[in-house]
Amino acid sequence: MKSGKGGFTSRLKLKRIQEAISSGKRLDGRGLEDYRDIRVKTGVIEKADGSSEVFIGDTRVIAGIEISHGPPFEDTPGEGILICNAEIVPLASPDIEPGPPDEVSVELARVVDRGLRSAGIVDFSKMEIIPKKTVYVINVDLFVLNHAGNLIDASTLAAVAALRSTIKPIFEVRNGEVVPSGRKEPLEIKSTPVSVTLSKIGGALIVDPTSEEEDAMETRLTITLDEKGNVCAIQKSGPEALTPEEVRKAISIAASKAPEIRSKIIGGT
Amino acid sequence: MSSNEEWRRVDGRRWDELREIRIESGVLPNADGSAYIEMGRNKIIVGVYGPREMHPKHLARPHTGILRCRYHMAPFSTEPRRSPAPSRRDMEITMVMRYALEPAIFLERYPRSTIDVYAEVLQADGGTRCASITAAAVALADAGIPLKDLVAACSAGKYEGRIVLDLNDHEDKYGEADLPLAYMPNLGSITLLQMDGLLSPEELDRCINLAIEGCRKIYEVQREALKRKYEAKKEVEGN
Repeated sequence: MKSGKGGFTSRLKLKRIQEAISSGKRLDGRGLEDYRDIRVKTGVIEKADGSSEVFIGDTRVIAGIEISHGPPFEDTPGEGILICNAEIVPLASPDIEPGPPDEVSVELARVVDRGLRSAGIVDFSKMEIIPKKTVYVINVDLFVLNHAGNLIDASTLAAVAALRSTIKPIFEVRNGEVVPSGRKEPLEIKSTPVSVTLSKIGGALIVDPTSEEEDAMETRLTITLDEKGNVCAIQKSGPEALTPEEVRKAISIAASKAPEIRSKIIGGT
Repeated sequence: MSSNEEWRRVDGRRWDELREIRIESGVLPNADGSAYIEMGRNKIIVGVYGPREMHPKHLARPHTGILRCRYHMAPFSTEPRRSPAPSRRDMEITMVMRYALEPAIFLERYPRSTIDVYAEVLQADGGTRCASITAAAVALADAGIPLKDLVAACSAGKYEGRIVLDLNDHEDKYGEADLPLAYMPNLGSITLLQMDGLLSPEELDRCINLAIEGCRKIYEVQREALKRKYEAKKEVEGN
């Protein structure tokens, strides 16, 4: 299992990582609240309606968007649908084996999904094609190509960047059937959520862990914020507990880091 | 807006009131420990097996025991019926449930072993992950497994612009935010924290504090459930 305490990192190295972090340092020279270099490209897959590729250090994630149509969910008949799917493919790391999605990739997809949905990244109430029968469906497919830690932040960033680059095909109703009209328009984006994941290692909180640091981590807390500073998703994951004070500290670090990360996709802070 | 003190929720509760909770321990003869919880209209049964030998053996760890959980909803637990196959939601809850309980257990005392916790949701009415964790902690104690503390869980959130405790199904679906939290009251440790919805930092802080208060109340109900069982045992032995 990838998250927390174990993985393929040697015990000696885990100890060095923990000791360094308890004394305020990291093995790669970063400060505790420094991200690795973040690079975002969009339009990397021409066949998709929107796409992006995000690098955070050696972590590399591609997001592809496809807009289709389908029946709405039963409990939200007037609203469009957004579905996130994440795959950590076997070429991403020696720890990953082929097979159906495990709990790590399911969690990844669901945490990204929750952030996008709660932030209201698109106006779900304006996605009906045939009232109560057919709505626009936005498929967000996340593909981890290299797993070097902090997949949630990289994937949220990739999903948001890809959605912002999406050109939506417009569907219309002809003889009672939904067909593509041949026209397209940019997908209207209502907010820009960003997730900041804190890892607790050696009793201290750090941002943007490498996969070795993730092997050493005691627990993890992801906080997703919109551009107004509202919190739109939280996920604690990992085998150890946090005190209410640590949670408060994590939220304030996340709030202070989010604008910096958001600037990678919208330019300026 | 009427004041918070007068305002009543769809089910008649005040903003800071829990649903009625009933917990019974030792309900499954075959399990090493078990508990049944009713929290509002939620009905959940949890069974604990172990510590026992790990199967398959290659999953065993020489230096520690492993906690395995399964959160599962019965097909008839929701309206409409749900598929009995585990969903992505079930997988995620299974995982966070394990993380919520793990900090309470001395797993290093059980090398090569497993402790299996199975939660079956028989009827769902919002807050099933929290009620499952609350019941699982009682079931672990009922199995005689030493615990650092009981883990109690409940949610807080926002409904119609107000911060409320312990959201029911309707409030969860139509409310603005839901924050499930698990807490070990004697250690002051948060072991589950999730949030979905939209909250300002100030509202978030109020939700966390309110959920912690809710967990403290639930903790008392957990203790009573355990005590009741041992009192009942004493009577039997006394006869």
